[in-house]
Amino acid sequence: MTHDNSNWIAITNASNIPAREGRSVSVGHTEIAIFNLGERFAALENKCPHRGGPLADGIVGGTTVTCPLHNWRVCVDTGDVTKPAGHSACVRSYAVKVNEGIVYLNVAEVVEEEAAA
Amino acid sequence: MKQRLVVVGNGMAGVACVEQILKHDHNFDITIFGDETYVNYNRIMLSSVLAGEKEFDDIVLNDIDWYKTNGIGTKLGRRITDIDAVARTVTDSTGEVTPYEKLLLATGSNPLIPRMEGTDKSGVFVFRTLEDTRQLIQLSGEDVHAVVIGGGLLGLEAARGLQVRGCKVSVVHLADTLMERQLDAAGGTYLRRKMEAMGVDVLCGKSTTAILGNGHVEGLRFQDGSELAANLVVIAAGIRPNVELGRKAGLAVNRGIVVNDYMETSDPNVFAVGECTEHNGQLFGLVAPLFEQGKVLAATITGRRGPEFKGSAPAAKLKIMGVEVFSAGQFDESMPGMEAIRYEDPAQGVYKKVVLRDGVLEGVILVGDTSTSHRYVEWMKSRENLSAKRQSLLLPPPSEDKGLDIAQMADHETVCGCTGVIKADIIHAIHQQGVCTLAQLKERTRASTGCGSCTQLCTSLLRAVAPEFQEEKPKVLCDCVPFAQDKLREIIRTQKLKSVQEVLDIYGNGKGCEVCKPAISYLVDVVTCGGHEEDRSARFINDRVHANIQNDGTFSVVPRMRGGVTTPSELRRIADVAEKYNVPMVKVTGSQRIDLLGVKKEDLPKVWEELGMPSGQAYSKGVRMVKTCVGTQFCRFGTQDSITTGIELERRLENLYTPHKTKMAVVGCPRNCAEATVKDIGLVGQDGSWQVVVGGAAGKGVRKADLLITVETTEAALEAAELFFQYYRENANYLERTYDFVERHGIEKVRRETVYATDDMRAKLLDRLKKSKDRSSDAWLERRNPRTTQFVQIEPIATMEARL
Repeated sequence: MTHDNSNWIAITNASNIPAREGRSVSVGHTEIAIFNLGERFAALENKCPHRGGPLADGIVGGTTVTCPLHNWRVCVDTGDVTKPAGHSACVRSYAVKVNEGIVYLNVAEVVEEEAAA
Repeated sequence: MKQRLVVVGNGMAGVACVEQILKHDHNFDITIFGDETYVNYNRIMLSSVLAGEKEFDDIVLNDIDWYKTNGIGTKLGRRITDIDAVARTVTDSTGEVTPYEKLLLATGSNPLIPRMEGTDKSGVFVFRTLEDTRQLIQLSGEDVHAVVIGGGLLGLEAARGLQVRGCKVSVVHLADTLMERQLDAAGGTYLRRKMEAMGVDVLCGKSTTAILGNGHVEGLRFQDGSELAANLVVIAAGIRPNVELGRKAGLAVNRGIVVNDYMETSDPNVFAVGECTEHNGQLFGLVAPLFEQGKVLAATITGRRGPEFKGSAPAAKLKIMGVEVFSAGQFDESMPGMEAIRYEDPAQGVYKKVVLRDGVLEGVILVGDTSTSHRYVEWMKSRENLSAKRQSLLLPPPSEDKGLDIAQMADHETVCGCTGVIKADIIHAIHQQGVCTLAQLKERTRASTGCGSCTQLCTSLLRAVAPEFQEEKPKVLCDCVPFAQDKLREIIRTQKLKSVQEVLDIYGNGKGCEVCKPAISYLVDVVTCGGHEEDRSARFINDRVHANIQNDGTFSVVPRMRGGVTTPSELRRIADVAEKYNVPMVKVTGSQRIDLLGVKKEDLPKVWEELGMPSGQAYSKGVRMVKTCVGTQFCRFGTQDSITTGIELERRLENLYTPHKTKMAVVGCPRNCAEATVKDIGLVGQDGSWQVVVGGAAGKGVRKADLLITVETTEAALEAAELFFQYYRENANYLERTYDFVERHGIEKVRRETVYATDDMRAKLLDRLKKSKDRSSDAWLERRNPRTTQFVQIEPIATMEARL
């Protein structure tokens, strides 16, 4: 996995994602949910491991987001499912940073995946 | 032959003394006279009633059954007007004469009315009785500017109570700092800052000379010539022992009825207890010594003369949620031999001071944090030399572990300062009487029935000692914010919270989750009548984009079609929109509407614009629809105009959130074609009247709605529906449907508190509904002014292709 500068792409103004909410963005063929956690941002693939629900539309509580379809809870940092307990399912997570008010996403993994496809 | 004991006064002191007498072997036939019409209640909790934190039922100390069970004659609403100490009789306000062998005076005190002009104007109140409290509650509201004369304990509690009831409140105080009898100047200043931070104006060093106004109060004038506008005045300038009857009985009376250490007056057949007494030159205005007096008196009067009343150091606790103040003993270190140790944290608003003499604690002041008050009370009682503990006197107890703190308490240490219950009493009640809940403990020992500050300690003791301790834990909303919904509602109302995040930050874990956030969103909305700060991040996605999310992440759109009535042009627009946006399915719903399923989020604003119809709220916990039958407009059986009525009902309630979805129907005759009797609210027309029914269901379970009321006019039917609707909004738990709500409360209570409530209560319900309604609007208008980027599919600034 490469996290060098060339893999960061500018996504949107940070102000487009309100505090404690998520927004989805298409990068290549992948839908990514970016969350504003107040003091920082986090990103997950926008697809709940349960039935593919849009995590970007979920309610954020601390560092988890709850899928709007059936209330599965996913950690926005690791992508681990925290509710229901005992699931090893995991959502892909992406590195995010904010620079001068612009949200950047590290798409190294998207690049790898799409190159493989 | 039994002796007749007549008790004059049905207040806390008199009845507490009777409770003690009942514990002894006695030979009395007891009759209690009370001039108030209520059973014995906890007077010091009236502030909490005024502030809406407690209801009257919560502060009753002895209900009517207690009087009956103990064979006590009860004469309420009768004031004793005369005593003939020679003939040994009392005369009451009805003129009836009652003989006695022993007489117990527990006449309490009267509010002190300072000398000033205009105290007889209407709108001028005191704050002493439940009746006073009721009147104040009734009169308070947003257009009221209340001035409280007196910045002592009672005045401040009254001020805060009036303020949370919506009044603009000023406190006018004669001395230079607040509560100067309990606090030094620094403590008073800390307290003042807290009161002002809550929005209560404080004016110190002001002497009121006149209450102005022509009949009704319009303002106050002060000695310095300045004036202050007001349309409600509460005088809380102190109390004066009610000694009139003592004088009539020929007793020795100074400022109070003089009693000795055995609580005897100058007449061997007359005793006195409570605020009307004077002991060693001291008067009493707080509850703890009164209970102590009661115990002594009970021993004396039942022939066990021996225990002596030694007076007690005054202790006081301010009962305002969020303003913690405790004071006990002598706090003036300028007296000879006294020295003070202080702790101050202005940023946190914490001020603590202890006063020692020769290493022994003489007094304490706690502002901002009173959690350790019982330690100081114990030290003052034990007279322990604290020289070795000087360094840690003002720090919290060394262990955070409450259990340890309790284990360290000696058996003789006081748990409840008001009733004098010690640790050993509680242990005894637990082991010998099988007490295992706080309610049982209160009943058996009376601990925690006074000011309530020891409740935590009692609970900890129960938890530590009772093998089968049952926490009286109301069902909490969620672990993120561990309070029952009723309690949260009360917190939001009294603490004037307006946003979900405030509630979570102050009363919860600061984070919240999908369970509590929508619930708190609902509560702040309903409590503030829509005056809350809307936080969409706390709402479910449906309430952010005003459409119902489907299993593939698309949305369904149901425009409002009031009463199920539409027009050809609406239908044409719906058809056009469905084609233009490739809506995969168009379906007629069960609620006489049309559902467009499979709309993309980013298309929602355009779809709404082109439909040109309001939101049907099919996605929210809110007002869904009013289903109607054809009624008199076309139906040959119709007896009422169900369509016009249904459309009007929908208009009056639409756009509002409710605890759960609310479905309604109006039918024009008892054939019930629109199934009104299985709806949350239904209007069933019949010849010449309407039946209004509530709490029906035809979902997972089927429940026939209960009859709320039958009325003659359509307007009365609509009003009954509105009353129930607002009552449900204000009292149901979030996600509680009307059928569960009505079952939980019982239809009788619902009727009593809605359609059969007092004029005032009904007017206030309707007023709050109107306020909410005025602040609401069609959610789909957000298409033109989106609050955020809620409908936007974000396009990356840079593309992947550029990267690849």
